[in-house]
Amino acid sequence: MSDKNRISRRRLLGAAAVVPAAAGLQGLVSRSGLGGDPAQAKPNGNRGGGHAGHNGFAHASFAPGRTVNHRANGFNPTELLRDFDYGKTRRLASGRVLREWEIIAQDREIEVAPGVKYEAWTYNGRVPGPTLRAREGDKLRVRFINGSEHPHTMHFHGIHPAVMDGVPGIGERLGGGQIEPGEAFTYEFEAEPFGLHLYHCHVAPLAAHISRGLYGAFVIDPKKGRPEADEMVMVMNGFDTNFDLSNEVYAVNSIGFHYINEPIRVKRDDLVRIYLVNALEFDPLNSFHVHANFFQYYPTGTSLEPSEFTDTVIQGQGQRAVLEMKFPFDGDYMFHAHVSEFAELGWTGFFRVGDPSLLTPAAAAAAYCKLPWGGKGAPA
Amino acid sequence: MEAATKAAPTPGGGLPAWALGLIPLALIAVAIGVFALLGGPGLGERTGPPVEEVAIERTMLRPGEIELTLRNDGPDPVEVAQVAVNDAYAPFTATDGLEIGRLSSTTLEITYPWIEGEAYEIFILTSTGGTIDASIPVASETPEADLDFYGLMALLGIYVGVIPVSLGMLWLPFVRRVGEQWVGGLIAFTVGLLAVLAIDATLEGLEIASEAPSAFGGESLVFAGALIAYLLLAALDVHLTRRSEKANSAAARGGLYMALLVAIGIGLHNLGEGLAIGSSYATGALALGAFLVVGFAIHNTTEGLAIVAPLRGKASEASGPPSLAQLLGLGMIAGAPAILGAWIGAAAFNPSLAALLFGVGVGAIARVIVQIAPAMRDEAGRFLHPISVAGMIAGIAALYITGLLVSV
Repeated sequence: MSDKNRISRRRLLGAAAVVPAAAGLQGLVSRSGLGGDPAQAKPNGNRGGGHAGHNGFAHASFAPGRTVNHRANGFNPTELLRDFDYGKTRRLASGRVLREWEIIAQDREIEVAPGVKYEAWTYNGRVPGPTLRAREGDKLRVRFINGSEHPHTMHFHGIHPAVMDGVPGIGERLGGGQIEPGEAFTYEFEAEPFGLHLYHCHVAPLAAHISRGLYGAFVIDPKKGRPEADEMVMVMNGFDTNFDLSNEVYAVNSIGFHYINEPIRVKRDDLVRIYLVNALEFDPLNSFHVHANFFQYYPTGTSLEPSEFTDTVIQGQGQRAVLEMKFPFDGDYMFHAHVSEFAELGWTGFFRVGDPSLLTPAAAAAAYCKLPWGGKGAPA
Repeated sequence: MEAATKAAPTPGGGLPAWALGLIPLALIAVAIGVFALLGGPGLGERTGPPVEEVAIERTMLRPGEIELTLRNDGPDPVEVAQVAVNDAYAPFTATDGLEIGRLSSTTLEITYPWIEGEAYEIFILTSTGGTIDASIPVASETPEADLDFYGLMALLGIYVGVIPVSLGMLWLPFVRRVGEQWVGGLIAFTVGLLAVLAIDATLEGLEIASEAPSAFGGESLVFAGALIAYLLLAALDVHLTRRSEKANSAAARGGLYMALLVAIGIGLHNLGEGLAIGSSYATGALALGAFLVVGFAIHNTTEGLAIVAPLRGKASEASGPPSLAQLLGLGMIAGAPAILGAWIGAAAFNPSLAALLFGVGVGAIARVIVQIAPAMRDEAGRFLHPISVAGMIAGIAALYITGLLVSV
């Protein structure tokens, strides 16, 4: 970081200052005060880029004309959103289902914002790691291979014996604990309790290992399942690109403003279920807020009864929950952290319900008239 | 003996002098070429991440837009990727591309609805994830550099330079009346005042230089400027003295000559001062107020007194009282450079140039002090006697006290 700024104002005032006292000069001098009005910003408007249709500074966005190269990154947040990895399954003699995964820790350079490269540490080459999904009571076997240059582990949230906990110093004599580069270990445990959990590396220094990208969602479905829905995973995260222990970029599923450029398409009146995990480091809190709608909130997903009907929630580090909602109207609906700083540093996106381009004023009015109270007071 | 001289070989054989001068240069070029061709033998691979050093050279504010000029000060190219203002990413365009080569610059035009009077912290994210910080302590629109603006800058220069200096010169009748024994004191007053000006200008030049790209010299530019100005003025002095000796005019080295030196020194100083005013006004850092103008008029009036003080020297009697034209000329030499400085500062401010010009002012003042100090001597030839010491302290105090009026 450079602290080479401009000339200090005070210093210059001390050095030299004069005013044209002559009345005729007042006009010349008092030309200030035009700064704040965005409406007066560049009349040619659309240099702002970002969300189409807005002029100038409609909302925070990355520089126009550049997007992240998802192909080079090896993952695309749009695909990652609905990508659930059920593993290789087979039924055991006991009748239980065995699920097996192979997870490889890899050091990999990814583009975390357009033009910004970051040396990430990944599970299977992506950040967040694969969303592992099982059913309550399944037997799970996770083969972990450390292909990174640094020691790592996989520490699962759940209920399991200490040796399977993925914590250095515990279980080394059984081949577990800290997994050195080039080594491997197989974590074996049962899927319990049902709910939404996470897994992450637990090698010290913790913040460094986690913030580099070693985390992922871990979904355990209840035995009887949940109602059918359009399901998606949102891992709230960030990147400390200059290693100053604070994040420069915030996002869900790693790429800031991604769901602004590619809104999440959902159908009107469909049940939408979001598996929301907070994997953010350095900031103690994160949050989720959806516009023009409310959701049922199931903390940690461990109960089938929602705890709250709301539109804004807070999650601490490692907290997670299942959210359920329906969109009754077509249109673009923003969702973002209600920590405005995070929102404007990347953690903002859109849900696109129906086809908003078909949303003529008449259609909007029609949608309004379908309201339970019959659209009384609807705009003329 | 004659034969021995002939036998002695000329250094470098029969080659002409210019060739002897060029041959080492050519050999150096060849050596560098071979070294580069072999890829720096023995040095091995370069290790470590690229070094990113970028200086913010200029900050401009227009309605809905912040403009930053960046200069790459480090050894490696730097690529700008994203810009955030007050922790919000903002759209921007780069006029000279996103990649900044060594010592090159680019200007970022950032779309942002800034508000008058607020403070802004900007971070520029580079391709490697590094950050470059910039700050705007108090946002205020940068004036358009049109004809009106240059008119205003000229007026500013006149207020800062010409008028106060000329007002100060109104002490001339007083100076010419005081008793012979006080002359040394008057010169000492000028010396004290100039010394403080030199110290102030050095400190300010160093501060500006700390913001300039170090690749262009940074702080050392102040000292280089000072040294060059000192040497040039010394050469000019020798040149003028020779000419005046030829013309057989003793008066040329009298009080008027001393006053001219002081005027040149102060003029060069005011060039830097004007530059600082112009640039800070152009970047909106300078809020103009009537109080400051009055304060500055009083402050710079002391410079006028410093110019006329030598006009009471013994030698000056030979040339009689200076004419009005001569006095006006002195005033212009001392004051008008502030106008030029304000124009340069407003139109093309560059911290490296500013540091160099501040240094030039310092060198000029130092030279002037050396030249006029002998006039402080008393009959016994001492520099430091009660009257000269009192004069110097008075000069220091005058500048300090009036300086309080313009410091905020």
